[in-house]
Amino acid sequence: MMGTLAHSTSSGPPSAGLAPPERMQPKLRISRLNFFYGAYQALHNIELEVAANRITALIGPSGCGKSTFLRVLNRMHETVRGARVSGEVLLDSEDALAMNVNQLRRRVGMVFQKPNPFPKSLFENVAYGLRVNGMRGGSRLHEAVEHSLRRAALWDEVKDSLHKSAYALSGGQQQRLCVARALAVNPEVLLLDEPSSALDPIATAKIEELLFHLKKNCTIVIVTHNMQQAARIADETGFFLLGKLIEFGKTETIFKNPSKKETEDYITGRFG
Amino acid sequence: MADTATLPAGGTADTARVGFLNRLRSGDAIAHLLTLAFAAVILLIAGMVVVELFRSSSEARHRFGWTFFVTSGWDPVAGRFGALPFIYGTLVSSAVALIISVPIGLGAAIFLSELAPPRISDALTFVIELLAAVPSVIYGLLAVFALVPLVRDYIYPFLHGTLGFLPLFQGPTYGVGMLTAGLILAIMVVPFVISISRESLLAVPNDQREAALALGATRWESTWHVVVPYARLGIIGSIFLALARALGETMAVTMVIGNNPQIAASLFAPGYTIPAVIASEFTEATSDLHLSALVELGLVLFLLTIVVNAFARLLVLATTRRGTARP
Amino acid sequence: MSRHHWRGFINALMFGLTAICALAAVFVLFWILGFLVVNGGRSLSLSFFTQLPKPPGELGGGMANAMVGSFEIVLIASAIGVPIGFLGGTYLAEFGNGTFPFLIRYTADLLNGVPSIVMGLFAYAVVVRPMHRFSALAGGIALSVILIPTTIRTTEQFLRAVPQMLREGALALGASRWKSITTVVVPAALRGVATGILLGIGRIAGEAAPLLFTSFSNQFWSRSLAQPTASLPVMIFSYAISPYADWHRQAWAAGLVLLAVMLLLNIGARLVLSPGAPRS
Repeated sequence: MMGTLAHSTSSGPPSAGLAPPERMQPKLRISRLNFFYGAYQALHNIELEVAANRITALIGPSGCGKSTFLRVLNRMHETVRGARVSGEVLLDSEDALAMNVNQLRRRVGMVFQKPNPFPKSLFENVAYGLRVNGMRGGSRLHEAVEHSLRRAALWDEVKDSLHKSAYALSGGQQQRLCVARALAVNPEVLLLDEPSSALDPIATAKIEELLFHLKKNCTIVIVTHNMQQAARIADETGFFLLGKLIEFGKTETIFKNPSKKETEDYITGRFG
Repeated sequence: MADTATLPAGGTADTARVGFLNRLRSGDAIAHLLTLAFAAVILLIAGMVVVELFRSSSEARHRFGWTFFVTSGWDPVAGRFGALPFIYGTLVSSAVALIISVPIGLGAAIFLSELAPPRISDALTFVIELLAAVPSVIYGLLAVFALVPLVRDYIYPFLHGTLGFLPLFQGPTYGVGMLTAGLILAIMVVPFVISISRESLLAVPNDQREAALALGATRWESTWHVVVPYARLGIIGSIFLALARALGETMAVTMVIGNNPQIAASLFAPGYTIPAVIASEFTEATSDLHLSALVELGLVLFLLTIVVNAFARLLVLATTRRGTARP
Repeated sequence: MSRHHWRGFINALMFGLTAICALAAVFVLFWILGFLVVNGGRSLSLSFFTQLPKPPGELGGGMANAMVGSFEIVLIASAIGVPIGFLGGTYLAEFGNGTFPFLIRYTADLLNGVPSIVMGLFAYAVVVRPMHRFSALAGGIALSVILIPTTIRTTEQFLRAVPQMLREGALALGASRWKSITTVVVPAALRGVATGILLGIGRIAGEAAPLLFTSFSNQFWSRSLAQPTASLPVMIFSYAISPYADWHRQAWAAGLVLLAVMLLLNIGARLVLSPGAPRS
């Protein structure tokens, strides 16, 4: 189930920290989201709409909760004991918190901060998600693997060494491999948690370029502590601080004309 | 828009709330329950061991009660069973083993961690740890055919000649006896003392050594006065682990202890330990009472090693948790 | 001698003494090896591996039945102990934070320290008495009870060493817990886990005490697993304490064989494990 066709957003007055003005049904709709680690509350009443086939960036200083928030979207928080969530997360109007978690994770994929390829061959890494979801080996599998590697802009570099170990690749290539691996199951949403923080500028540029192409068929949410990156590639940006979503809106607005003082302080570098 | 009317209103969504069936389908519950069942088998085994030991020893326990532990006579034919010689033998042979193995083991550990260059230290440690894998019967072979002549022809004349006035070294010997058993036990537990002490010493932070050296201490002084005390919890833990092993050691001891259920002051006199008597008499037991008494001995050994082991692990745990000893 | 010189002297002396201690410990291994090679090597021959024991007084004979018997007993023990230990260790590594796992871990550690002869007593009560006979099965069960706690702990250690990132990578792709464990975590730790299991099996293969009154011994071939069965360690023991010189020689030869197998297994295992990997 791919996302709906892209629809240009109407330009209007700067958002006041809530969902942007009227447009197509959002891909992800988060309401009244609170998150607790035991007794400690990490997220406070998050309200957010992620537009389909756009790149949405989440920025904020370290520890502000943006990664925590991201991990709720594919329910990776459930791997931590004592983590509790309240509120609503709708994926195309379906309750993401109640559906079968493995099915959710097929539709909402994730790329992690540090590249984490499996100790298997390149081919097997990309094929993993497909095999786990029942695809048998054969030409279909090969085609799917090639397609994913092309989408991740890695095919040309590795097509002759698919059976080599993933660990033989450079850091940047490994991260693109992880992107290919995530793309293989055709997710509707791709979550990226600071995907290029461990990479050099050239590898970072490659990742950003491929995200730009990906958004045509995929909704992308990217957490980044690099404001320039958000400014470069994101359509919409949300600013988190101390577990609250302070402001959310078109990237240009957030960066050039923020309506909250905290946002302005962060953007202009007055702290963090 | 979203058909929120049919969806549950937002409430606290615990990981548990997601629904048992959901998790079952996701395979989480299957993995959890299956592996848990197999893991629980070990509790079953532990329980069964305790139960069976108590059951099989019940005849002896009811017949003798607490006098079992303080009586000396062991006469299967007459039906008299006193455990004291075996408890004595087990404790004394282990004590001899520790007295010999702890200084040597600690010394070796100090050499390996503080003085030897890393490559040599690793190579020697590799060999020493191989010793821990040598089966008990092999040590027994060494004990019977190499150690016994050694004790009989060299050690005995020397000790008897020089220190014979001490009750410890009096009396004749055939080469088998408490000392020989203690010696082979020492040889068997030394690798454990070395291995664990070495790791405890290596775990001491380098700035401790440097602080001592910077004050003008020699390498030895810094090691003995600073590093070793810092690592003392781990070292003591290693001693207790060695003790636990020595207490339960069967084959090698059986072959050289002399198999005589007596309490004698001399180290050269033959004696008997709990594992040795079980190994020697179990298949030849003349009556149910005899068997039951042997099992009761086994129960004593079981409880003793559990206690020593639990204590040792507590010490080693304290070392890893808190870093090392508090000053 | 000035104080300074005295301290320097003590320094050199003490380190000299500690070096001697270390060398003494190492020497023991070569002592054993040398002794067995010199004394046992002479008695090693083809007949040793292929013939049955001869009655005392008659020269010759071998320990073929003991070797096969050991193999059978160890096989039974492994068939029981390895699956239980492996799955139990998986439980502790993957779901193991809480009081129940702690209890299991602690019990496994305590059982690890119990003398092997006590496990023989247990197997006697539970298998030999009801069956009214000694058997390879009883011996195998006794050994499996020793194998399980070791296997649980080494499996847990190696599985825990797999980085959490790999688990999360698999889960994020929609794999269930079960799939992520079987297709990512276990394969990543397989080398270490397999080596740990092999070392455990090696340890029980050398045990004699628990077999003394469970599988007992046999001068002949055992026709089934429910009969008394000869094993190499037990045979070494009984030959060594016998008064016959010929049996002594055979004990040395058997000891050489057993030791060689043990050492090869251990050296191989330690070389396979990368340095710094967790050892029990």
